[in-house]
Amino acid sequence: MASVTLEKINKVFGHTHIIKDVDLEVADGEFVVFVGPSGCGKSTLLRLIAGLESITDGDLKIADGVVNDLPPRERGVGMVFQSYALYPHMTVYENMAFGLKLAKMAKETVDDRVMATARILQLEELLHRKPKELSGGQRQRVAMGRAMAREPRILLFDEPLSNLDASLRVQMRNEISRLHHRLGSTMVYVTHDQVEAMTLADKIVVLRDGRIEQVGSPQTLYQQPATKFVAGFIGSPTMNFMPAKLLEGDADGCRITTPGLGELALPQDASGETRAAELTLGVRPEHLRLTDAQGENSFEIVNVEYLGNEVYVYLEPKAGDILLIHRSEAPSQWKIGQRVALVPDTEHVHLFDTDDQALGLATQRQVA
Amino acid sequence: MNQYQLIKLAKQLGKWALIAVVMVYAIFPFYYAVITSLKPSSELFQVDFWLSSVDFSNYIQIFTQKSFVRAIFNSIFISLSVVFIALLLGITASYALGRVRFRGRTTVMLTLLGVSMFPQVAVLSGLFEVIRTLNLYNNPGGLILSYTIFTLPFTVWVLTTFMRQLPMELEEAAIMDGATPWETIIKVFLPLMWPAMATTGLLAFIAAWNEFLFALTFTLTDDQRTVPVAIALISGGSQHELPWGPIMAASVTVTVPLVILVMIFQRRIVSGLTAGAVKG
Repeated sequence: MASVTLEKINKVFGHTHIIKDVDLEVADGEFVVFVGPSGCGKSTLLRLIAGLESITDGDLKIADGVVNDLPPRERGVGMVFQSYALYPHMTVYENMAFGLKLAKMAKETVDDRVMATARILQLEELLHRKPKELSGGQRQRVAMGRAMAREPRILLFDEPLSNLDASLRVQMRNEISRLHHRLGSTMVYVTHDQVEAMTLADKIVVLRDGRIEQVGSPQTLYQQPATKFVAGFIGSPTMNFMPAKLLEGDADGCRITTPGLGELALPQDASGETRAAELTLGVRPEHLRLTDAQGENSFEIVNVEYLGNEVYVYLEPKAGDILLIHRSEAPSQWKIGQRVALVPDTEHVHLFDTDDQALGLATQRQVA
Repeated sequence: MNQYQLIKLAKQLGKWALIAVVMVYAIFPFYYAVITSLKPSSELFQVDFWLSSVDFSNYIQIFTQKSFVRAIFNSIFISLSVVFIALLLGITASYALGRVRFRGRTTVMLTLLGVSMFPQVAVLSGLFEVIRTLNLYNNPGGLILSYTIFTLPFTVWVLTTFMRQLPMELEEAAIMDGATPWETIIKVFLPLMWPAMATTGLLAFIAAWNEFLFALTFTLTDDQRTVPVAIALISGGSQHELPWGPIMAASVTVTVPLVILVMIFQRRIVSGLTAGAVKG
């Protein structure tokens, strides 16, 4: 178990700058999730920590020691791969013992460690099977067991659940979470699935184009996204964005106008913005209310999705072509083709400036 | 019987007739060699397609010749050495060519492919000088060297193709487990490359076993000859007599092991050769 510190980490492949000046602290025993769209560099960052790629510039510290030039086996890291990458010709036992045997450990120690790991992951019955005789979930557990058997200081996961079907994914997500609580080891986890990120992480790192967009707890990222990108990436269904124009604003709040919704008084601090600045209003689907259409405030319902416990109502936007989404508890009275008025819950809306940075709340200015 | 059934029957007959033609074409020469080898020399020029009696005198004759028995052992030794060296070099080279990124990798691969196109005769005189300089003339080492030169491009090419198909993550898992490149090759890749190794090994063995030109050129004395040369040099009572019986007996003797080997490994050969074709 150990902390990980990244200081100004850069990675360049040929002429492509993949990772740009990443600074990050992972505390001892913390579960950190890297999340972002494909190609954002999250896997590369994980491989830099693992030692599978060389660091172009910057320092990587594990438990206060710089490990830039150490090979993976001396860094004390274990990794679970997306495709599991189990050795097909070895049994489950041999797969887990492979690293220990290479480290020239005594036979009894190897046996103890493998059995202990197998007990934690409930693999005892499967120790003599080959990987091809295992189900997807079992292979996943063996891959974790192989990474854990060497008792690494840090466990790394590279999209470990993306090869499983939906129900198994939820189950394994649960197991990984419980495993973390039980072992208390430092874990770094890469995924493109924001639900996995939200459910597993102590701390989420949102990456975009090789830069850290925002770091924070799942609650912080959901309630106070720092940028429009984070706001749109975290949360499902995604946040609604509408163009807005600043009418007037100061440190105590502002007034904006949005096509369709008309004038709104919001608690955001807009003192840094010029009058008539083009802003973006962000409202989560659950922070919208639907009422009967009134004058300008009239949106057409184009689709209604019934999910059992909730209902998603899709509305034609006034600008752009991404449909607006409203979420409410089932049952819902709304029908396709109806015209309705949208009333945002002004306590919970977000406002982004022309550079897509979020405006802080007037009362919480210092927090950001 | 209606017209439809008739056409179907005709198609069946046609198919079997075609198969029979191909079978006869492929097998008859070998079959005739076996029959000839089992006839006494007095009946040699009677044409018959079935054996009326079995006569082993030809086999007894060749196996009592010390030089022929010696040639068989020479062939076995040389062929096995070639297979071993080619696989060892092939596996290590294929790791480098298939897995390590370096400048000029494609050039090396294309050169390999180009080299394997050269006819033996083209390099014969040059190779002769090399072997003389290395003091390997009339020595199994000279043949092992020259056969390896011709086998290696194919071996490396096939093994590299196969190595590239093994998932990258498998090697990375081994690296995370603390394996050195050598340990990765021996403990992870080697067990997975069996089909490809069986294929290339067997083909290398056959090539070395049947090779004639180099074996004739680079050996001088009876005790260094390999089987193909020994067979060619079996001589009769006078220079006007070709001893067909012993020649056929010797040919059958050296072919049968190959046939058995191919039958044992045939599944492996197919899976090894098609490994590049379909993604598993």
